[in-house]
Amino acid sequence: MRRIISVLMENAPGALSRIVGVFSQRGYNVDSLCVAPTEDQSLSRLTIVTHGDDRVIEQITKQMNKLIDVLKVVDLTEGTHIEREMMLIKVATRNEQERTEVMRNVDIFRAQVLDVDLTNYTIEVTGTTDKLDAFATLMKQTSDIIESSRTGVCGLARGEKALRP
Amino acid sequence: MVEMMSGAAMVVRALKDVGVKHVFGYPGGAVLDIYDALFAQDDVEHVLVRHEQAAAHMADGYARSTGKTGTVLVTSGPGATNTLTGIATAYMDSIPMVILSGQVASSLIGEDAFQETDMVGCSRPIVKHSFLVKRAVDIPEAIAKAYYIANTGRPGPVVVDLPKDIVNVAEEHPYVFPTEISLRSYNPTLKGHNKQIKKAVSVLLEAKRPVIYVGGGAIAAEAQEELLELAETLQAPVTTTLMGLGVFPGTHKQAIGMLGMHGTFEANKTMHNADCILALGARFDDRVTNNVEKFCPHATIIHVDIDPASISKTVNAHVPVVGSVDKVIKQLMTHLDKIDSKKQQEKLADWWQQVEQWRERKCLSYQTSDTLIKPQQVIEALYKHTNGDAFVSSDVGQHQMFAALYYAFDKPRRWINSGGLGTMGFGLPAAMGVQFAHPGSTSVVVTGDGSIQMNIQELSTCLQYNLPIKIISLNNRALGMVRQWQDMIYKGRHSHSYMESMPDFVKLAEAYGHVGIRVDHPSELDDAMTRCFAEKERLVFMDINIDQSEHVYPMQIKFGAMDDMRLSKTERT
Ligand SMILES: Cc1ncc(C[n+]2csc(CCOP(=O)(O)OP(=O)(O)O)c2C)c(N)n1
Repeated sequence: MRRIISVLMENAPGALSRIVGVFSQRGYNVDSLCVAPTEDQSLSRLTIVTHGDDRVIEQITKQMNKLIDVLKVVDLTEGTHIEREMMLIKVATRNEQERTEVMRNVDIFRAQVLDVDLTNYTIEVTGTTDKLDAFATLMKQTSDIIESSRTGVCGLARGEKALRP
Repeated sequence: MVEMMSGAAMVVRALKDVGVKHVFGYPGGAVLDIYDALFAQDDVEHVLVRHEQAAAHMADGYARSTGKTGTVLVTSGPGATNTLTGIATAYMDSIPMVILSGQVASSLIGEDAFQETDMVGCSRPIVKHSFLVKRAVDIPEAIAKAYYIANTGRPGPVVVDLPKDIVNVAEEHPYVFPTEISLRSYNPTLKGHNKQIKKAVSVLLEAKRPVIYVGGGAIAAEAQEELLELAETLQAPVTTTLMGLGVFPGTHKQAIGMLGMHGTFEANKTMHNADCILALGARFDDRVTNNVEKFCPHATIIHVDIDPASISKTVNAHVPVVGSVDKVIKQLMTHLDKIDSKKQQEKLADWWQQVEQWRERKCLSYQTSDTLIKPQQVIEALYKHTNGDAFVSSDVGQHQMFAALYYAFDKPRRWINSGGLGTMGFGLPAAMGVQFAHPGSTSVVVTGDGSIQMNIQELSTCLQYNLPIKIISLNNRALGMVRQWQDMIYKGRHSHSYMESMPDFVKLAEAYGHVGIRVDHPSELDDAMTRCFAEKERLVFMDINIDQSEHVYPMQIKFGAMDDMRLSKTERT
C-alpha cells in the first residue's frame, strides 16, 4: 500500500543522509522524497512516499524514530490528510493545433504557463500525484514532453492534528 | 574564568571530564596534535595497539566487561577505516563505544586529500550516531553528547570525526564543558506503559507452560537481580541467548541453558512447547528462531525491549512493552509479589516434569577418547581450573559454541563474544580490554587456530602492557565451523577450510616474549592447565591439539522449527 510518511528532524548536516541511508540499507522503497526547513529554521520536515505492507511501514516508522536527529514521525495516510505535489513540464508547441490543445488542457487542469518559447511552453501544475500523472499522460498524447521535474509529495494532516516539536 | 586551550587539549580534557580512564589507539598525521596533548598529562591512559581494528575490539571488551563506554582514538583514512569491523561488531551487539577519528583539515575535506576518507559516511550504517566537529569550541559538547548517546537507551558506537585544523595546538579557545546534556530529539523510554504491564501480568498469571527468554538487553540494563527475583517468583524455566549468558546464573536449577541454533535440547524444546514466552532484552534473531513460520506455535509472546524497533521486527509480539528490562521487571513485580512460590511450583509441576524429561536427554554428553583431546573436555577443564569465575572472551567458530555450552556463567559481563556480527579476530583484543578494566582478574581467550591469526599481532601489545592473559587455542588444524557445515551440507567437500603451514604457536608466543604450552594428549591436559594458571604474571598461549572431526551439537535443522535438531552425527529429533 502507498504511504506518506512525514518526518520532523533537526536541520543539521548529515541528518538527511542518515534517513536516506536507512531506506537503502534496509531495502525499503522510496517513491518520492521532499525536504525543506520549516518556519523554525532549526528543523526540517521531510515527506517520503513509500509502499509496503503494514509490517514494513511499522518498521520504517520505528527505524526513522530511532535516528538521533529525528524528533517525530507520522504516517499521514493513517488519517485524513491533504497532499500536494508540483510539476514543471516543458512541452513542444510546434504548431497552432498543439498550442490550442495544450492551452485547453492547462485550463482544465488549472495549470499555469510559466514560460513561452517559439517551440515550447513550460507549465506549472499542482495537485495530487494522480492528477500530475494524468496531466503528463495527456501531454504525451497531445504533444511531446521535452522535460519535466516533480517536487515529490508533501502533505499535512487535516484538522487539529499537527507534527510539531 | 573560562579556561583557554587548544582543540587538542580540549579533546583530552573532555575525555577526562566524562570520566574516561583508558583510550585504545594508534597515532597518525591527522591526530598528532591530540597525541601531543596526551603526552602532557596522566589522567587518561593511552594504550598503543598494533592494529586499529584491535583497538576497537579492546574498547569493546572493556565496555562489555564493565558497562562503561570504551574509547578509541585513530588517525584519518586507513586508521579510521581499520576500525570499521570493530565498530560494526559493537553496533550489532549494542555496545557503548566512542571512536575519535582524525580527519584532514576542513579546507581539504572533499578534495581527496592525503589520508582522507569520509568517516562519517563510511560508518553511517554501523553507528548509533556520529559527529563531524566543525569548530574547536564545539569539541567539549560533541564529546559529552557522544558519550551520553553511546551509553543511554539502547547502547551503541558513536563516531566523533575531528578535522586537523580544529585540534591545532597553536590556537587557543575557551573550554566549556556542558553541565547537562539534553537532546530534544532523543528521549529513550525506560519505564513500561502501565496498560502493557497489566496485560503482561495477566498473561503470566494464566500461563501453564511459561518460559523466560533473556538476551543481552538484560545485561545492558544490569537487570540480574531483578531477573533472579522475577524468575524465582514465577518459577519458570529460564533460557539465555548467546548474548545473555551469565545474566541468569548458569548453575541455577531453573536455568535450561542457551537456546537457538546451537542451543540445548531442553531450551529449544521448552521454547517450542511453551504457552507463554517472556522475552527480556532479546531480539528474536534468526540464529534463535530458526524458521519464523514455525516458531513457537502455542505461545503468547510478551516482548520487553528498550528499542521499539526490535519489537515485532521478526516475530509478532502479542504484548509489546517498550522499556528497560530492569525497570519493567520492577513494574511487573509490583503486581506479582503476592504470588506464593510454593503454589506456583505446584501449578507448574507438570510443566517442570516435562522440562526435566528433556533435560534427561543430556544433550551435551560426548564421547571421550584415550588418544584425542575433545574440545568439550578442554572447556570443562577450563571451568574447573578457573572455578567457573573467569572473564572468558571468545573468537568465532566451533570453539565459541563449545565455550558457550560447556562453561556455565553465573555472572553477567563474564562472557565476552561477538554474537551479532560473528567477528573472527575479536577474542584476543577483547580479552585485553577486559584485562585493562579488571587488572587482578583472570582474563581468558577461547580461540581457534583460524581466529587467533586474525589479530595475533596484539601479542606484542600484551607484552608492552604486561597483560597476563591466558589463551586457550583449540587447534583443529582447520576452520572448524566451516568444515562442520561442509561435512553436513556439502558431502564433506572441504573447500578451503583447512589450513596448511600452520605456525608453531608455542614458538610464536615465545618470539613475542610470552609462555607457550603445547598439549597433544588427553592425559596432559590437566597438568598443562595447572601450569598455565600458575603463571600469574605472564601471558600463556596454550596450543591444544584437539580432535579435528568433532562437530558442535545440538544444531537446529535449517527451515525447521526451534526444536528440530540434530543431536549428534547420527541422531536427530
Ligand atoms: C572475519 C570473519 N571471516 C570469516 C568468518 C566465517 N567463519 C565463521 S567460523 C569460521 C572458522 C573459524 O575457525 P577457527 O577460528 O579455527 O575456529 P574453529 O571453528 O575451528 O573452532 C569462519 C571462517 C567469520 N566469522 N569472521
